Amino acid sequence: MLKYVARRLVQLVPVLLGVSILVFFGMHLIPGDVAVLLLGDKGTAADLERLRHQLGLDQPVYVQYARFLAGAVHGDFGASLRTRQPAIWEIGQALPVTIQLSLAALLFAVVFGLAIGVFAARHPRSALDTGAMVGVLIGVSMPIFWTGILLLLVFGGLLGWLPLGSLLDGGMTWHRITGMPLVDGLLTGNSALVRSSAAHLVLPAVALGATSMATIARMSRSTMLEVLNLDYVRTARAKGVGERWVVSRHALRNALLPVVTLIGLQLGLLLSGAVLTETIFALPGLGRLAITSVLARDYPVVQGVVLIAAAIFVLANLLVDILYAYLDPRIRYA
Amino acid sequence: MTMADVALPRPSRRLAALSWRRLVRSPNLLVGVVVLVIVVGSAAFARQIAPSSPIDQAFADQLKAPTATHLFGTDEFGRDIFSRCIYGARIALVVGVIADGIAMLLGVILGIVAGYFGGRVDAAVMRVVDVMLAFPYLLLAMIVVAILGPSLTNAMIAIGIVYTPQFARVVRGAVLAIREQEFVEAAGAVGAGALRILARHVLPNILSPIIVMATLTVGFTIVETAGLSFLGLGASPPTPEWGSMLATGRSYMLTAPWIATFPGLAILITVVGFNLVGDGLRDLLDPRLRGRGF
Repeated sequence: MLKYVARRLVQLVPVLLGVSILVFFGMHLIPGDVAVLLLGDKGTAADLERLRHQLGLDQPVYVQYARFLAGAVHGDFGASLRTRQPAIWEIGQALPVTIQLSLAALLFAVVFGLAIGVFAARHPRSALDTGAMVGVLIGVSMPIFWTGILLLLVFGGLLGWLPLGSLLDGGMTWHRITGMPLVDGLLTGNSALVRSSAAHLVLPAVALGATSMATIARMSRSTMLEVLNLDYVRTARAKGVGERWVVSRHALRNALLPVVTLIGLQLGLLLSGAVLTETIFALPGLGRLAITSVLARDYPVVQGVVLIAAAIFVLANLLVDILYAYLDPRIRYA
Repeated sequence: MTMADVALPRPSRRLAALSWRRLVRSPNLLVGVVVLVIVVGSAAFARQIAPSSPIDQAFADQLKAPTATHLFGTDEFGRDIFSRCIYGARIALVVGVIADGIAMLLGVILGIVAGYFGGRVDAAVMRVVDVMLAFPYLLLAMIVVAILGPSLTNAMIAIGIVYTPQFARVVRGAVLAIREQEFVEAAGAVGAGALRILARHVLPNILSPIIVMATLTVGFTIVETAGLSFLGLGASPPTPEWGSMLATGRSYMLTAPWIATFPGLAILITVVGFNLVGDGLRDLLDPRLRGRGF
């Protein structure tokens, strides 16, 4: 297993190198001069020349790429053109917010998706099954940004049960440990922080996780239907094992395997959806940082965000592959 | 007229009858087709259906709630939202289909080249595909739009590029299966060139998965392009595009919720239609996957 993990990690290197090439040269294709962007209208031609030299923009492009790559390996993506802060610092502030949101969305998607899928599979062709599948169809087809707006309107505006966006209640600050307010609240035993953070997290997590939940429900229903008709399940039933035990201990574990693959694929969806969700709910996460930076042509931050998001995505998929072996001992990685 | 002519209907008629029977037997496909006929019909006859212009402003009618005159209400410029939604269908369908077409065209070329030629060509193409798949798709689309500049056309191109690797993977898999078939080897043995084999023998035999994939992804390309417009990277005002209408509606969410509600509903109905048709087609064209859908 360790050999397999090591080999997969090595295979990630060319992929991430490819991502870095695409991002770096992609950013260079964007019209406009970084030095002009930084200096604005104030700079003279000599100032511009000096700044270009300072930033290494007068070097050949392959030299610039080599410098970018050497910096990226050490987590140095340069300074943000917008805030003049190091890009990695900006990303470090935003990343925990996105991780907290994505994990909450994934938890919601897996718990509710599996529950709906298993429930529908246990009552195939019933009115409840049909209702669940119509719900799934709507869930898969609903754009995240519309789901978010509707949730805000109903639960934030009309009912007033939950706050209208942002990370915490106004004026609330906290002692950063992980950067995830909910986790930090739990770690420090700050119940006000936990309450505020949880209340602000519910709607964005549901909006972000709704599509994944529907996809997981659909897949788990389909695999459970197959597994529940297999001989070993029939044998377990014939031996008098209770239905709940048959479903939870015999069928679910085997039905989970394709669902786990799907969860891995959903991570990409969640990271993309975070851009829209964080925009709607005014959350200072990686997605919002990405869109703000793209609109402001803040290249160092865009490059850093994309590289880190891609690294998280490919590593998460590797984690999913490893989880396979745990769920299905028949799988052996050579 | 011979007996055979009388007994057997023409093949095209038989095929049509068979397709109709299949369509009727698959309620999902039937519902999907009906939904899409309504959406396409609305787009095609927008001028006849829409009660007013989608861009003309009427400040006397600002932020009016839905009434008999304005079925879906009006926006901050007094524009009729029903009319904007109807004209929006035109934009959504054109943008979705073209973005999907771009993805299909590039994906089919890459997939066929990788699958048929194999070896180093396959390895090189698939590494590029792997790199593209490593990007969260919206981030990749945002980069492409940043390079090309924000506009609806560029958003469409960006989404087309983002969906290319998925087509490439599906097509490559299908080509790998077909490549070893005897009829492909036979074509090579009688002297047919690679281009002729690919066009005449390989492509027609991998059309089913391509059609299914294309239908299933149209809905998503519509949503993604609307998402880019929502973020300010696609259509610009006053274009009646569903995503940008939703972005405007967000500001009036509490005072005029109809502005954001109806464009979202329009996206939902259209995507549901494409998903149902895509699933239905998959059941018809690839019976191994029957029942995987809704």
